[in-house]
Amino acid sequence: MKHLLLAAAALIATPLSAETVAITGGTVAIGDGSQPIQGGTVVIANGRVVAAGAGVAVPAGARVVDATGKWVSPGIVAPISTLGIVDGYGMNETNDAQTKGSPFSAAIDVSTSINTSGQGIATERSSGTTRAFVIPAAGNTMFGGQGAVIDLGADVDPVTKPRAFQYVELGEDAGDHGGGTRPAAHVLLRAALVAAQNPAQVDWLSKDSLITKQDAQALGPVIRGTMPLLVHVERVADIRAALALKADYPAIKLVLVGATEGWRIADQIAAAKVPVIAAAITDLPERFETLAATQSNVGRLTKAGVLVAISNVDASEGPYESYLTQFAGNLVAITKIPGATGLDWGQAFATITSKPAEAIGMGGEIGSLRPGRHADVVIWDGDPLEIASAPVAIWIDGVAQPMTSRQTRLRDRYLDPTEKALPKAYEY
Amino acid sequence: MSNKLKLAIAVALTLAACGQAAKPKSAASDAPPPGKGKGFNHDPFPSTYHAYPGVPTALVGATVYDGEGGRIENGTVLFADGKVTAIGGPDLAIPAGSTVIDAKGKWVTPGVIDIHSHLGDYPSPGVQALSDGNEATGPVTADVWAEHSVWPQDPGFSRALANGGVTTLQILPGSANLMGGRSVVLKNVYARTAQGMKFPGAPYGLKMACGENPKRVYGSKGRQPSTRMGNIAVDRQTWAKAAEYKRKWDKYEEKGGEQPSRDIAMDTLMGVLSGEILIQNHCYRADEMANVIDMAKEFGYHVSAFHHAVEAYKIGDLLKANGVCASVWADWYGFKMESYDGIPENLAILQKTGTCATIHSDDQNGIQRLNQEAGKALASGRRAGIDISDELAWTWLAINPAKALGIADKTGSLKAGKMADVVLWNGNPFSVYTRPEKVWIDGAMLYDAYNPKLRPVSDFELGQPGEGDVK
Repeated sequence: MKHLLLAAAALIATPLSAETVAITGGTVAIGDGSQPIQGGTVVIANGRVVAAGAGVAVPAGARVVDATGKWVSPGIVAPISTLGIVDGYGMNETNDAQTKGSPFSAAIDVSTSINTSGQGIATERSSGTTRAFVIPAAGNTMFGGQGAVIDLGADVDPVTKPRAFQYVELGEDAGDHGGGTRPAAHVLLRAALVAAQNPAQVDWLSKDSLITKQDAQALGPVIRGTMPLLVHVERVADIRAALALKADYPAIKLVLVGATEGWRIADQIAAAKVPVIAAAITDLPERFETLAATQSNVGRLTKAGVLVAISNVDASEGPYESYLTQFAGNLVAITKIPGATGLDWGQAFATITSKPAEAIGMGGEIGSLRPGRHADVVIWDGDPLEIASAPVAIWIDGVAQPMTSRQTRLRDRYLDPTEKALPKAYEY
Repeated sequence: MSNKLKLAIAVALTLAACGQAAKPKSAASDAPPPGKGKGFNHDPFPSTYHAYPGVPTALVGATVYDGEGGRIENGTVLFADGKVTAIGGPDLAIPAGSTVIDAKGKWVTPGVIDIHSHLGDYPSPGVQALSDGNEATGPVTADVWAEHSVWPQDPGFSRALANGGVTTLQILPGSANLMGGRSVVLKNVYARTAQGMKFPGAPYGLKMACGENPKRVYGSKGRQPSTRMGNIAVDRQTWAKAAEYKRKWDKYEEKGGEQPSRDIAMDTLMGVLSGEILIQNHCYRADEMANVIDMAKEFGYHVSAFHHAVEAYKIGDLLKANGVCASVWADWYGFKMESYDGIPENLAILQKTGTCATIHSDDQNGIQRLNQEAGKALASGRRAGIDISDELAWTWLAINPAKALGIADKTGSLKAGKMADVVLWNGNPFSVYTRPEKVWIDGAMLYDAYNPKLRPVSDFELGQPGEGDVK
C-alpha cells in the first residue's frame, strides 16, 4: 500500500511539464508504416518529437530513459471515440454523445464539453491511447455534429483541435435519423449543403426550416474543404452514393467510416482518394448492409492503395480504445490464413497511429514519431500489438503521464479480497 | 402404458389381495406412483446430434495444454472413434493406421467452451425479425426454452469455430427477466435443427438475472420489479411457489394419486430445486451476488455460475466458500453503472483466491477471440504480481466452463475417454498472431484453414456477397 500512497503523492506534488527526454535502446516503431527499428533512440523536447530512429544522438542535458528490451512508439490514435462525452452508455444521465430534442444538429460542437474526469480517459490512456477523435452520434438528423480531436493527458485541457470534422450517417442509421430512409437522408444532406453555400438566406426563424442558420454555417467549412466530412456507410451502394458527393462538391474532404463492404469496390475508393476509417476486423453479416463483412477488408483496401485506419466502430459493447492494438495484431495474424488478406506489422501499426491522423489531415501533427509531431510517446514492455504487452511509460505532448487509474486503485484494494482490521473503505 | 408398468400394477394388486379382500377403488387412487422425477417427460425435445466421421489421429510434437492445468512439451495427442484415447510425450506409441499430423511449433488444446452466448437467439443479421433472445413480456418467463429460439443458420457459429476454436457453447435467453428461461448447450456443429446441435446429455440451465436489466425493463412498464429489492422480492415469491409445486409433484411421484397439473415454468424451477437444472445467473455486483447466494440457501438450490461477474474479484472468497463459479469478460468495464468497477485483473484475482472462474463472451465478436481475451486477463494478472501459468489459464476456457455447465465428464479437457474436441493452433494461443489451424469436434475435422471446403457456409450466406470468403 505504501508504494501507492507515494505514487499518489507524487502525482499531486509534481507539476506535469514537458521535458527533454532521450529514450534509448528500445525497438522503435515510428508509426508511419515502416517496420520497427532495433536499438533506436527517440528524442522529445518542448512537447514535440525531435528525432526517432537508429543513430539518433542524445542531446546534452536530456533525461535519458533506458528502454533496452522494450518497445517505443507513438501513442495510439483512436479514430472513433466517445471519451469525455459519455461515462458509460448504459447511464443515460452521463450521455452527451447523442442529442435528441435540440433544434440543432450539424452545429453541435463536442469540444465545448469534454470531461477529463471520466474514468475512461485515464483507463484508456494506460492502454497506450494518447489521442482520440471524439464524435457526436446522429440524433435529430443524420448529422452528428462537429467532432474534436483530444489528448488523453492527465490535465483539464483536453482539446487538441475543436471542430475537427463533421460526422454524418448515410447508411442504415440514416434511416432513423435522416427522415426515414437512406434516399430521404440524401435529400436532407443535399439541402443542407445548398444552405451551407449561403447561410444568410436560411430562414432560421421559420419553424418549418429544415436546417437552422447555425447548422448551415457549420457546414460551410465542409463544402469549402477545410473541415473533413466523416460519413458512416457500410454497403457498396451507400459507399458509392457518398463518393458521388465529390462530383457536386469537389472540395469536400470525404472520409468513409465503417465501409465494411469497401473491399468490393476498393479500386473506386482508391481512385477517389478517399480515406477509410474501417471497422477493423468485424466479419459477420450483423446487418443487411454488412453482408460482405470480412476481416480481409482492411488488407484488401490497403492493397488497392486506400489510406485505411481502423476503429472499434461497429464492434460490440466491450471493445474500447484499448482493443485497437489487439485488432491491429489480428490483421497481422490473418496473413497466415490462406485466402485472407492482412497487413504486415508496420502497416498494421500505422492503422492505429499515423493513418487515422492522416485521414483527417493531421498527419503532420500527431500519430507518428516523425520530427515535429506532438510528443505522444509510449514505452511498452513488449510488442505493442501483442496481447501480453502493456505500456510502462507514457508521454503526451512531452509530459510524463501517471500510470494509475481508478482501475489500478480497485485492483490494489482487492488483490486480497478479505477484510482486515478495518473495512476495505479504509484501504487506500 | 408400457408392459413394465402393467406388470407392476399386477404385482401391486396381488400383494394387496394377500392381506384382506380388495375393496373397489377409483382409477386415480389405484394408479401407482410413477417414481421420483418420472411424473412427466423431462426431455421432450431430445438431442439428435450425432458425431461426424473422423479418422484415428495423432497430433505429434506440439505444446499441449490439457485443459485441466497440465502441460506437455513435445506432446502427443491421440484420438479415435470420436474420443481422446491418450495424451503423452514423444514416446507415446502411435497406433497403426493413425493419421499423423506434425504439430511441431504449434499448440494443441481442448476446444474452447463459451458458457455465455446468444448465437442463434440473437443471430446475425440482427434484425427485429430474428431478435429472439428476450421474452421481455413478464419478469418471470421460466417457461421459455432458448432452444426454441435458436436459428441454426446463424453465421456466427462458423466464425466462432474458425476464428475461435469454439467447440461447445451455452445459448442463453437474454437478461431482461429475473428468470429468463432455459439455456441450451450446443456442440458447434451446423445442423438443420437446433436439436441437431444439442450437446447430448448436457443439463439444462435456468438463466436468471440480477440488477439493472430487469428493474429497467419492468420499471419502465410501471410494474414490479422496478428496483433491486423488487428483483429479489419477485424471485423469492416465485421460488416459494416453485417449492409448493415441487411438493405436489414429489408427493404424486412417490405416493401416487391424482397427477398435479403441469406448469411449464414451474417444471423448470422444480428442476433447479431437484438439482437437475443448473442456475446460470447474470449478476455484476458483489453485493447482489451475496444476496443471491443467500436466496439460494433459503430455497435450497445452488448457483452454478454468476455470469458477467464484473465485481467477482471483490468476493472471490465468498464464491469459493459456496462453490460458485464466476464467468467474466477479460476487461469490459464502465458501460453501465453495475459494470463501473470492472478491472482487467478480475480473472487473475479469482484464480489467486482459488475460485472457479471462466472467461465468457456474451458477444458474437468476442466469441471469436476468447483465447485472446483469456490471454489479456492472464497478462493483467501477471503484471499485478499474480503468478499463473499459461496451462492453468487455459482452464478458464476448458474444464472450468465444462464444470459450470455440468459436462466436465464429457468434454473440457484432453483426457482419455472424453469427446475428441480438439484445436490445433498455428502458434501460442495466447498470442494475438495465432489462429486455429484445425478444429475437431467429436473427432471429426470440422475446420481446416488449409482446406476451403472445411469451412462451413450457413444457408443464410449462400448466394450473398462474400459467400465462401475466408472471413
